[in-house]
Amino acid sequence: MYPPRFAYEAPRSLDQAQALLAEYGDEAKVLAGGQSLVPLLKLRFAAPALLVDLNTVPDLEYHRTGSDGALHVGALCRHADLERSTLLGNFPVVASAAPLVADPVVRHRGTLVGSICHADPQGDWSAVLLALDASVVVVGPDGRRTVPMTEFVLGPFSPALRPGEIAVEAVIPPPRHQPAGAYFKLERRVGDFATAGAAVAVETDQGRITRAGIALTGVGTLGQRATAAEEAIVGRELTEQTIAEAAELAAESANPQTDHRGSADYKRHVVRTFVSRALRRVLPTPAGKAA
Amino acid sequence: MTVVHEESATGAEVPIRRIRVMVNGETKTAEVEPRLLLVHLLRRGLGLTGTHMGCDTTNCGACTVLVNGRPVKSCTMLAVQADGAEVQTVEGLSTPSELHPLQEGFKEEHGLQCGFCTPGMLMSAKALLEENPDPSEDEIRWALSGNLCRCTGYQNIVKAVQWAGRKMRGEQA
Repeated sequence: MYPPRFAYEAPRSLDQAQALLAEYGDEAKVLAGGQSLVPLLKLRFAAPALLVDLNTVPDLEYHRTGSDGALHVGALCRHADLERSTLLGNFPVVASAAPLVADPVVRHRGTLVGSICHADPQGDWSAVLLALDASVVVVGPDGRRTVPMTEFVLGPFSPALRPGEIAVEAVIPPPRHQPAGAYFKLERRVGDFATAGAAVAVETDQGRITRAGIALTGVGTLGQRATAAEEAIVGRELTEQTIAEAAELAAESANPQTDHRGSADYKRHVVRTFVSRALRRVLPTPAGKAA
Repeated sequence: MTVVHEESATGAEVPIRRIRVMVNGETKTAEVEPRLLLVHLLRRGLGLTGTHMGCDTTNCGACTVLVNGRPVKSCTMLAVQADGAEVQTVEGLSTPSELHPLQEGFKEEHGLQCGFCTPGMLMSAKALLEENPDPSEDEIRWALSGNLCRCTGYQNIVKAVQWAGRKMRGEQA
C-alpha cells in the first residue's frame, strides 16, 4: 500500500513548524512517531497536503521530572523510553502502562503525545493520563496553553487542538501522598487494541485513600473516568468490601459494545476484574508475605 | 544516486526530496517522493531485498530494520525520515566469510522453516542482545513479540537467540 502524494517538511524548530501549519491550515498534519498516522495514510483515511515532521525539531525527546515533581513527557518521547525509564518511581501507573502499548518494535517509534493526539478511544495512554489528572501543553497562534486531559479529547480521533496548534508536552502532576496503582489491559495478542483496559491511580496516607483516578480503555467511545467508583473509595480505607464496591461501580460505568473482541458483558466483567485486581495490590500486605 | 519516484498520472508536480542515508555502513543518496516507505527504498531503490514486506499493516514485523540502532517496522516509516540516519538491514549482519552469531544460531537451532519472518527476527534479536547480552527466555519472547512467525511456534527461534547470546558472550555455544 502506498500513501497518497503529499508534500513533506522537516522543520528545525517549533517556530518553523508553526509557520508551516499557519500556511497550510487544515491541509497540514503533524507527524511524530507515525505509528498511527502512517497506517492511516496507507489506508487513505488521511490525505493531508503537507506532513510537518516533528522528528527534526530538537529537544522534544525528553521526559523528566520538574522541580515540583511533575512528570513532563516531550512530544518525541517514545513509548520505549518510558518503558526503560528510571524516573517513574512516583508514577507507577505510567510505568505499568508503557510496556503494554502496541508491540516492542512499534514502541521504539511511537510517542505518548502523538498517541493522545490521535485520540483513538482504544488508545492506552488516554485512560492513564485521565486517571492521573494530566494535562497537555500546546503551542499555537495564540501562544502556549495547557489543556486538561478531561478536555483534550472531543470525540473519537478528535483532539481539542485548534488550527495551527501543536501538542508539545504531556504533564502529569506529582502525587501528594503515597502513589500506587496500575494499568491493566486485556489483548488477544501482543499489538492488538485493548479488549478492555483500566487505569487505576490512587494515593494513600496512613492507609486511607486520599485520591483516586480510575479510567477505562475500549469500553466507550471516549476515554472516561469512573467517577462513582472513585468516590466510593476516597477518604476510606481499602477493604475487600470497598474494593468490590468500587469494581462494581466501575463496571457499571463502562459502556462497551459487543464486537469481535468480546461481548459487552464480558468486557464489563474484565473491567470489574481489573479494577479489583489493581486495588488489591494497594492493600497492605500481611507481614512476611509477598505481594 | 538512487531514484525512486514515478510521474504523476494527472501531470501534477511530484514533490521530490534528496536524502542521504547510511545503509549497512555505506552512504547512499537517493531522490525520493516523501510518500515512499523506508521498506520500498531498501527493496526497490537499493535492491536490498533481504528486508521482507509481510503484512504492510504494522503487525508482522517482517520488515524490521534498525534505524540508529533501534528496531523499526520499515513499512511504517517514510524513507525521507531516514535522512541522516544509520540503517542496518539483514544484509549488514554477515561478512563475506562469516555469518553473524545470530545467523549461526538460527542455523544451528533450526530457528526458521519458510524463512519469511527471519530477517525481521534477526534484527529485533540483534537490538535485544545489544541492549541485554544475557536475556532470560521471557525477555527474549517479550522482545520478539512484535515479530510474527507462522511456522516454528517460536520455540527454536528462542533457542537460536540463546545460542547467539552464548556465542557473543564468549561462552561455549
